[in-house]
Amino acid sequence: MHITKDLVAASATPLVLGILAEGESYGYAILKQVNELSGGQLEWTDGLLYPLLHRLERIGHVESAWETPPEGRRRKYYRITNQGWAELVEQRRQWATVVDVLRGVWKTTQSIKPITAPAREAGR
Amino acid sequence: MIVDSDNDLEGQIAEWRAYMHHHRELLQTDAEELEDHLRSRISDLTEAGLRADEAFLIAVKRMGSLDELSREFAREHSERLWKQLVFPGEPDAPPARSRRELPVMLLCAAAAALAIKVPSWFGIEISEDDAGFYARNVSLFALPALAAYFAWQRRVSSRCIGVLALLFLLGAVAANVYPLAGDSQSLVLTAIHLPLALWLVVGVAYVGGDWRSDRRRMDFIRFTGEWLIYFILIGLGGGVLMAFTMGAFDAIGLDAEQFIQSWLLPCGAMAAIIVSAWLVEAKQSVIENMAPVLTRVFTPLFAVTLLAFLVAIAWTNNGIDVQRDVLILFDLLLVVVLGLLLYAISARDLGAPPGLFDSSQLALVLSALIIDIMVLLAISGRITEWGFSPNKTAALGENVILLCNLAWSAWLFLGFLRGRMPFARLERWQTGYLIVYAAWAWTVVLAFPLVFDFA
Repeated sequence: MHITKDLVAASATPLVLGILAEGESYGYAILKQVNELSGGQLEWTDGLLYPLLHRLERIGHVESAWETPPEGRRRKYYRITNQGWAELVEQRRQWATVVDVLRGVWKTTQSIKPITAPAREAGR
Repeated sequence: MIVDSDNDLEGQIAEWRAYMHHHRELLQTDAEELEDHLRSRISDLTEAGLRADEAFLIAVKRMGSLDELSREFAREHSERLWKQLVFPGEPDAPPARSRRELPVMLLCAAAAALAIKVPSWFGIEISEDDAGFYARNVSLFALPALAAYFAWQRRVSSRCIGVLALLFLLGAVAANVYPLAGDSQSLVLTAIHLPLALWLVVGVAYVGGDWRSDRRRMDFIRFTGEWLIYFILIGLGGGVLMAFTMGAFDAIGLDAEQFIQSWLLPCGAMAAIIVSAWLVEAKQSVIENMAPVLTRVFTPLFAVTLLAFLVAIAWTNNGIDVQRDVLILFDLLLVVVLGLLLYAISARDLGAPPGLFDSSQLALVLSALIIDIMVLLAISGRITEWGFSPNKTAALGENVILLCNLAWSAWLFLGFLRGRMPFARLERWQTGYLIVYAAWAWTVVLAFPLVFDFA
């Protein structure tokens, strides 16, 4: 299934914030987690994650630090800030509302004219 | 075998990194972050059983096109496109003298700024009767410092430094030895032509003494255009600064006018000459040069204006009214046309085929030539009637020099448009002509006062 670009873009910020809420992480690991969570359905161009992370850092939702493990390359880790937490809570509230509204709409349309495909999508 | 493919992989990654380096939007740290990502992806893929080169291809593909990537980075970090203006890329800057570059530049700027205050220690003030002194010598305050800066930066040979010093000395002598009255025409001519002559001397320092080289001379022409633009911009900023200084001190009842007139304005202007030059050098490769851009915009506009002027003359049958200043006006017109031609040449890809822009340039040059010949015909009668004065002679001489240049340029241009001559010939002609300007400027400064009996 292909998810449109707009939807991917809109969900990117809450997704990244949500993943970082579980603990600090770096670009590649974030991407892998997105991939696992969506079962490969959510396709991101790898490189474009970084401009997003930099934007979140600039507006203060995340902070970053370069860390060098004893052996290996140095790597940039991102961590969610308090402001980022607040943003995440707000985003969750908004997304929950949207999902509720969509469910409601699809329930009523379904009762008039049963179309199975969109209803299944709404359930996801 | 494994060692081989590892080496291959490192080579491929190095290539990818080098390619990424071309995108100015990506900083070193961004590149490092992306490379870390690429390597993680590759090691995951190889663990899954892919060969190194396959893994590399897939990882790069998944990264997305670098153009798109750098566009996203540019959108997020638009300030970077500007931020690099003053302190250009750390790693790839030539390491040689770059660290001392800034202090030396500041030293030269300070020397230039102080130089203009030296005469006042001997009682020669700017605002009083000695304005003539400053008019004659204005180029002798900052340009030696500028030449010294370039001589240092280009590691010019000591013989060349000697020649430069001699030429500046010659300029100083010419400006001050002749007994020129404050209201004489020769004084004005010296005030205009000595800076020109000395600017070309600075050019010798700019090209590192290698003044015979066409390419280096073209560099100097480019530099001149950019320098002028920066100088004007700094001048505008300086005007705002002065207005604020004046207003702010006025608000607390202090009069800053004296300070501005005798310190801020003259010292600032002299220092700006050096700073502009340094800025042009520092950012040469960082942003698009301005002069060629302006040329692109104004060449068609000037061409249309001049053609309209010709049509108007033909339509109304009005001759050109030969007033006193008309020769100067048309001299300036030729200078503008020549400037447009020069800066179009300076940025041109020498191998590119002729296009529409070239045709509009030819139209511009031709119409300027026709107009100028009409002016010359109209004015020659007047000169034979009234005789030669320094001003008229200088204006006429300049007109003839520019006319010759443009006429031959038009010929070369035509040959180029018809595909018979390479564009490089036009470039060589223009760079060669710099000698003529230098000779003429020195003639006006050195010989005119004698010929016209210091009139």
